[in-house]
Amino acid sequence: MIELIRKTDIDFMGKKYIAFAISGVLTLIGLFATVQVGRGAANLGIDFAGGTAVQIKFEKQASLDSIRGLISQAGLKDVELQELPTENKILIMVKKEEERLGGFSDKIVGLLEKGLPGNRITVDSVSEIGPKVGKKLRVDALWAVLASAAGILIYVGWRFQFRFSVGATVATFHDVFAVMGIFYLMGREINLILVTALLTIAGYSLTDTVVVFDRIRENLRFALKEPVEKVINRSINEVLSRTIVTSLTVFLSSLALFFTGGEVLHDFALAMLIGIIIGTYSSVFVASPIVLLWGGSGKPLVKK
Amino acid sequence: MKKDVRLRFSLIALSAALALFYLIPNTPLYDYMPQTYKNTVTRGITLGLDLQGGLHLVFEVEGNRAVEITAERRAPAIKKLLEGKKLSADVKAEGATIVITPASDEIRRAVEADYKEFELKNSSGRLVYALSSKEIKWIKDNAVDQALETIRNRVDAFGVAEPVIQRQGENEIVVQLPGIKDPKRAIELIGKTAQLEFKLVDDESPLAAELPGSVKPEEEAEMLKKFEGRIPEDDVIFFERTVNKNSDEVFKRPFLLKKQSLLTGDLLSEAGVSIDNRFNEPYVSIKFNPEGARLFEEVTGKYVKRRMAIILDNSLYSAPVIQEKISGGSAQITGTFTMNEARDLSIVLRAGSLPAPVKMLQNITVGPSLGRDSITAGSRAALLALLLVSGFMIFYYRFSGVIAVSALVLNILLLLGAIAALKATLTLPGIAGVVLAIGMAVDTNVLMFERIREELRAGKTARAAVDSGYDKAFYTIVDSHVTTLITAAVLFQFGTGPIKGFAVTLSLGVTINLFTSLIGTKSIFDFLNSRKEVKELSI
Repeated sequence: MIELIRKTDIDFMGKKYIAFAISGVLTLIGLFATVQVGRGAANLGIDFAGGTAVQIKFEKQASLDSIRGLISQAGLKDVELQELPTENKILIMVKKEEERLGGFSDKIVGLLEKGLPGNRITVDSVSEIGPKVGKKLRVDALWAVLASAAGILIYVGWRFQFRFSVGATVATFHDVFAVMGIFYLMGREINLILVTALLTIAGYSLTDTVVVFDRIRENLRFALKEPVEKVINRSINEVLSRTIVTSLTVFLSSLALFFTGGEVLHDFALAMLIGIIIGTYSSVFVASPIVLLWGGSGKPLVKK
Repeated sequence: MKKDVRLRFSLIALSAALALFYLIPNTPLYDYMPQTYKNTVTRGITLGLDLQGGLHLVFEVEGNRAVEITAERRAPAIKKLLEGKKLSADVKAEGATIVITPASDEIRRAVEADYKEFELKNSSGRLVYALSSKEIKWIKDNAVDQALETIRNRVDAFGVAEPVIQRQGENEIVVQLPGIKDPKRAIELIGKTAQLEFKLVDDESPLAAELPGSVKPEEEAEMLKKFEGRIPEDDVIFFERTVNKNSDEVFKRPFLLKKQSLLTGDLLSEAGVSIDNRFNEPYVSIKFNPEGARLFEEVTGKYVKRRMAIILDNSLYSAPVIQEKISGGSAQITGTFTMNEARDLSIVLRAGSLPAPVKMLQNITVGPSLGRDSITAGSRAALLALLLVSGFMIFYYRFSGVIAVSALVLNILLLLGAIAALKATLTLPGIAGVVLAIGMAVDTNVLMFERIREELRAGKTARAAVDSGYDKAFYTIVDSHVTTLITAAVLFQFGTGPIKGFAVTLSLGVTINLFTSLIGTKSIFDFLNSRKEVKELSI
């Protein structure tokens, strides 16, 4: 038998206040990031902000500076350039809510064709999002987050006792906000695909929490005399290796996406990688302590 | 026990065979399949626009313009009605309303008897009529339906395989054109209102003689400003765009036109491309329907030796002099067209004009090379994920890991088969869903194996450990799957096309996973246990 983690006896609950401090900071950053997104002060993708993005593949390497020069010469303003992780690909964006679509992408392509002779370009993709669609996508994303939060709440509330539901819900929100906050700090783009990743993280991080909770619940049934804190610690130690192994397999998958999945899935995979780590951490250090603290520690949780 | 295991194995074999059955079109094997099969299974996995390359467009039909156009069309009809009743009045369309002066009771009675869809809004000094809200709603709704039909005809004429053209919400139209090579041309073709009008050139006004012969494009606004306020009330200035063949310079020639159209494009019956023999230039030949032909004969007879301007969507194509009365209803639209432009123009004229202008709200164009790159990257990621996860599982759980990996392979096979059988669309995020499903699929086995290890440590025999391990892990597994399914369902509900694809593959992956691990791997363990009492489990 190969074991990543042999039988452990770690006092997880004893470290709950350190964990709360870390998690508190993470959540606050996430909340701040969310407010910034709502105000439009974050690095929003064009699907949320409205505007145009043109992805161009160059035959030979083209320096960002030369392209920037061409663009400023042509008098185009508020243009953002971004080098993609894939070779010789550049994303050119303008986040402006244009009433009439189509002008910007034509201009950019014409400009590059003329300005960089000898370097053949291929237009990989053009996305033009009008203000109305951008707004609709923002609203839809918000509804999606609320609806999945409600769905998770209802399911967890049905399957677990109230204090477990509170723990699971807080942990889930914690994970989503933390990833959001980290993305905001990294200056990464907040777009539809990130929201997809966040919801996937919400669903998946619950998997971990459920594994821990199931064991706590099971152990509490048979350990009526043992203090709750001890039972929780014992339960986490018992299932520690499996929560880590289950997370690890999905982490490996996400790693494959991160390195070879191409530019569109790159950030999605990054969010998943961060989310999986935080989700595993929160099952142990956020969800479980809340179960312990809710309604005072020490009292028996399960009535016979 | 043994019989039960055999039953489960047949179930697995059957489902795997079914998956293969639906996936054959994605393999070279398809060419060798009998015709009956090809008739039943026409395609394997459908690729989304982001993988195949193509256009995803969302247009908004400007319903308010449709209402205004209705008012504009009714105004002359009302004037005619009043003239017929010997009532002299001035009838004008102002936005979505019709204004009639003077405001007499007789006029009011005459109008309201025939035009019940109008409501009187104001009657002091002049009569202001507006369309009733019920009528407005009908016009807007009808405009979207008509636009949808027209766009469909245009796309069909343009020749795109498997286009999707759908109404979305109140006033939006979604157009999806897979695998299109010239996106810009397609966008122009679809978005063009194609309102063809014939207007008389007003050369009787003294202003006409003052207009310059031609101006440069950048001088256009300046010129209009110069003549501002002096243009007669019934007139309007339009520019003809000409290109100097030698220098490629663009010039604009102004024309003073009568506002009122003599004829419009809805009276056309045919349009086609022809080549001018003298200049070897393409032009569009049009033919009017009988009513149009009669009108065309009438106006050309009435205005011999005068110029008639041909205008499409507010740009003037040409303003030829009418040489003689034209019967038969044939005419030509010349201009400096390329062959494609002439062809597209004839398409839009044949398909008819849109009832109101459309505004593009969204355009997602994915080039075929990006689509190919994405497929390569996605497959590579899936393969790498499979290798990493399998490698880890076999390293960590030894022989049990091998069982888990075979279940994983079955899982992926069934997932792909299900995508094909359900005719779901595989998108790039959908591939991400498959890759994540690879990692999540083994989770079920991990939970079971860990439980079995625990039971073994507690001193149980291999068979008892497997049985109770599966039983005890069952609820945990179901719980953890359901939460993922909840978010997938939400993503399906709220997501755009590519994201929907993600939701589909993820939820299918998770559901199929329940089947493969609860039935698949368990059966293998049972099978091994049933042959002889296994002393030691390789786990």
